[in-house]
Amino acid sequence: MNLADARDIAAPRTAVWAAILDPEVLKACIPGCKELAGTVDEGFEAVVVQKVGPVKATFKGQVDVSDIVEGQSLTLTGQGKGGPAGFAKGAAKVSFADTAEGGTLLTYDVEAKVGGKLAQLGSRIIDGFTKKLADQFFERFQDGLEDPTDADDVEEDEEKPKKGWIGRMLG
Amino acid sequence: MAADGGMGHATKRREDVRFLTGRGKYTDDYTPAKTTYCAFARSTVANGKINSIDTKDAAGMPGVVTVFTGEDFAEVGGNPAGWLINSRDGEPMKEPKRPVLAHGKVRHVGDAYAAVIAETLEQAMDAVEAIDADIDELDAVVNMVDALANSTTLVHDEIGTNQCFDWGWIEDNRAATDEAIKNAPHVTTLELVNNRLVPNAMEPRCSIGEYDPGTGDYKLTTTSQNPHLTRLLISAFVMGIPENKLTVHAPDVGGGFGSKIYHYGEEALVLAAAKKLNRPVKWTSTRTEAFLSDAHGRDHVTKIELACERDGTFIAFRTETMANVGAYLSNFSTATPTFLHGTLMAGNYTVPNVYVNVKAVFTNTAPVDAYRGAGRPEATFSLERVIDKAARELGMDPIALRRKNFIKPDQYPYASAAGLEYDSGNYDALMDGLEAAADLAGFEARRAESAKNGKLRGLGINSYIEACGIAPSNLVGVLGSRVGLYDAATVRVNATGNISVMVGAHSHGQGHETAFPQVVADMLGVDPMSIEIVHGDTSKIPFGMGTYGSRSLAVCGSAVFRATEKIIKKATLIAAHMMEDKPENVDFEDGDFSVKGTNKKVSFGDVALKAYIPHDFPLEDIEPGLEETAFYDPANFTYPSGAYACEVEVDPDTGKVDICSMIAMDDFGNVVNPMIVTGQVQGGLAQGIGQALLEHGIYDENGQLLSGSLMDYAMPRADDLPNFVVDHSHATRCTHNPIGVKGCGEAGAIGSPPTVVNAVVDALQRGGHDVEHIDMPVSPARVWEAMNG
Repeated sequence: MNLADARDIAAPRTAVWAAILDPEVLKACIPGCKELAGTVDEGFEAVVVQKVGPVKATFKGQVDVSDIVEGQSLTLTGQGKGGPAGFAKGAAKVSFADTAEGGTLLTYDVEAKVGGKLAQLGSRIIDGFTKKLADQFFERFQDGLEDPTDADDVEEDEEKPKKGWIGRMLG
Repeated sequence: MAADGGMGHATKRREDVRFLTGRGKYTDDYTPAKTTYCAFARSTVANGKINSIDTKDAAGMPGVVTVFTGEDFAEVGGNPAGWLINSRDGEPMKEPKRPVLAHGKVRHVGDAYAAVIAETLEQAMDAVEAIDADIDELDAVVNMVDALANSTTLVHDEIGTNQCFDWGWIEDNRAATDEAIKNAPHVTTLELVNNRLVPNAMEPRCSIGEYDPGTGDYKLTTTSQNPHLTRLLISAFVMGIPENKLTVHAPDVGGGFGSKIYHYGEEALVLAAAKKLNRPVKWTSTRTEAFLSDAHGRDHVTKIELACERDGTFIAFRTETMANVGAYLSNFSTATPTFLHGTLMAGNYTVPNVYVNVKAVFTNTAPVDAYRGAGRPEATFSLERVIDKAARELGMDPIALRRKNFIKPDQYPYASAAGLEYDSGNYDALMDGLEAAADLAGFEARRAESAKNGKLRGLGINSYIEACGIAPSNLVGVLGSRVGLYDAATVRVNATGNISVMVGAHSHGQGHETAFPQVVADMLGVDPMSIEIVHGDTSKIPFGMGTYGSRSLAVCGSAVFRATEKIIKKATLIAAHMMEDKPENVDFEDGDFSVKGTNKKVSFGDVALKAYIPHDFPLEDIEPGLEETAFYDPANFTYPSGAYACEVEVDPDTGKVDICSMIAMDDFGNVVNPMIVTGQVQGGLAQGIGQALLEHGIYDENGQLLSGSLMDYAMPRADDLPNFVVDHSHATRCTHNPIGVKGCGEAGAIGSPPTVVNAVVDALQRGGHDVEHIDMPVSPARVWEAMNG
């Protein structure tokens, strides 16, 4: 499954770049992320709860940041094992460019694959699911950068984007 | 002859009384005292290196009795392939070991690498989740072309290739066939895929192991089509348990379709576990496990060429096929794409040249083996699709082209160019019957009616031949079978005149319990209901080879016939003694023995009783008792054949295909019970239509099974099927078995797929779309794409 998209973010490139390397940001933006610990250099250990069609599972795995070209591009790679539910792997190549309006154009190219029960039971919905996850991630990311004020409105519902992580961090 | 219920009578199936009232006893219904439950840890990757399997946490979980890994079975034998195939260069096929549990590597999604035994099933399943397996995912080999081209990514590293064999049939005919095709005035070529199928028997596999420490006896209760073969494989190859210490019992089995012929690792595991624990161990497959680990069917990619004269006279067939065998060789996997396929590649035709090349390919997918039809659907599909295409290219009627090349009734026995000798048949008579039943004259009117409703109507025709009664030991031995394929029966006449017949064939939907007594009743002139069939338990029945390849009645039924002949012979001796005359003066008719030219008469029942109270027998001439066994090994395969027609309507807006009619004219030789035969054909047609329109086992490029549930894998349902017309009146008797029967279990699944696809292509062609072929399943998406692509 491959997916490419772009987002126009009303924030300067330096802020966007700093945000994507921040573990707290990653944790807030990865849909269903319950725990995330580690560093950019060492990689992160993550626990993610997700439901794909009929299969709900807790994925334990690794998130790595690689191919870092300072301020320009990087690759986010994640892989998680969900026990009997199978496994999921994904990589997002993300690049950053200035826009004429002083914002940042973020483009991403996502590749994902699933295995085990997730593939047997969820394959017919996996494309839509991957798109949903990627959309959620980058939407949360964008909202957090563009609207850092409403930190108190954090929604616990994992299906809805949590807004205002920058405000929360600053507070 | 029995007044009611003898040969040819449509007796209702007596076994249906228990099946339809919920009183069948299946393997999972059996739970011995102190049973423990087994659950397997199965690979989620298609190809992986096992670094370590940590079972410590799992072993400490509540209720867990023990945990096995592949390490525990490293010294145990592998599950062997039953047929040895030699490649064209004379090299024997590659036979990598198939272990009880994966060891070192996992080779397909669903490959079991550990097993937990616990007090309850839930505890076993929970503990499976606590197993910590460190498995490195490796690149998977999925596509057969890639598998053959790739010498670095291997399913089995130790054999150095993904090719199991490269087989030529008949290699000596290759040059002549090539030459004939080169010089032919017309050659039609078609490339096609025979789609992978998942068998989906309604009852999933289930195995229960028991061990008696007092006697050292093992018992395996299991979902099997052939308990003796399973016992032989476990005893001789996998575990070395002496056959006299191992009973294999297959009670009621809810559908096999081939997938329960084979011995599976789970069976060996529950036996080993039962011995270790001194407790019964039970495993029942989940539907997901069935999708992942039952042997799949078909999965061929074929290029076929038909060379002919301009008038349509066939000159040669040549095929190149890649046959997927999956990650391990299942027991019959090497026979299915070769001798059950290549030998049928002359079809019903007087074609002088045939050459078949089959490359069997290992891939990181579930093993592939015989599935209802086993090789013959693949042969028929290739032949009948290319013949249809040739008819169009030559501007000939597809029926006329087939008739022009049919073997004629006066040509039997006929030695086909693919190496078999057909004993009997009458393909023109079948086609005559089909043409009458199909009302071909009315087709144009029906097509116009469909057009009025915005639908494209098409007509598909097909003729097939298959080889059944899989047996002749001398023949299959030459062809590579490592066992002889006879069958056996014991007829035991009890003292009060009722009869137990112990048979080697296994009944799991075929109606043996009803049909076999009809044969015996007919011969003895007794009530069929006084005859009981005993099957499925190696401790009760003679050594038989089980049920597959539409063989039960032709082979095992013939053994029943021969044993019954022996009974009549011995009963005649006893009757002669009772009537104080010579045996040669005694006649046997309608259940009574009489002395020619006298009014002396004794009934079969009187003779049976006398056999067990032999106060005055001349013991040097007549032994007490009335029980006889026969092993029957036929001289040849049987050759059922048929002509099928199908009409479809295609919705041009959606590509959806509706089957309007399906007519099956089959020649099964003599028919013992026409109602059972009709039911067998109907079931086969449903499965064949399932393959043609709906079913597809799909692996993605990483070896993940995408159609791994009944939500994703489309099984045929009643509303996908028309009312079938089934006719087996155009019969020619099998010449070499005593009942004259040929076998009917697989015919519908062999004859219907090309009939349906021919009809769909015909509909599109008549509708002005230049579509030559659509691969199965002919789904709405594929049809729409073919029309609009």
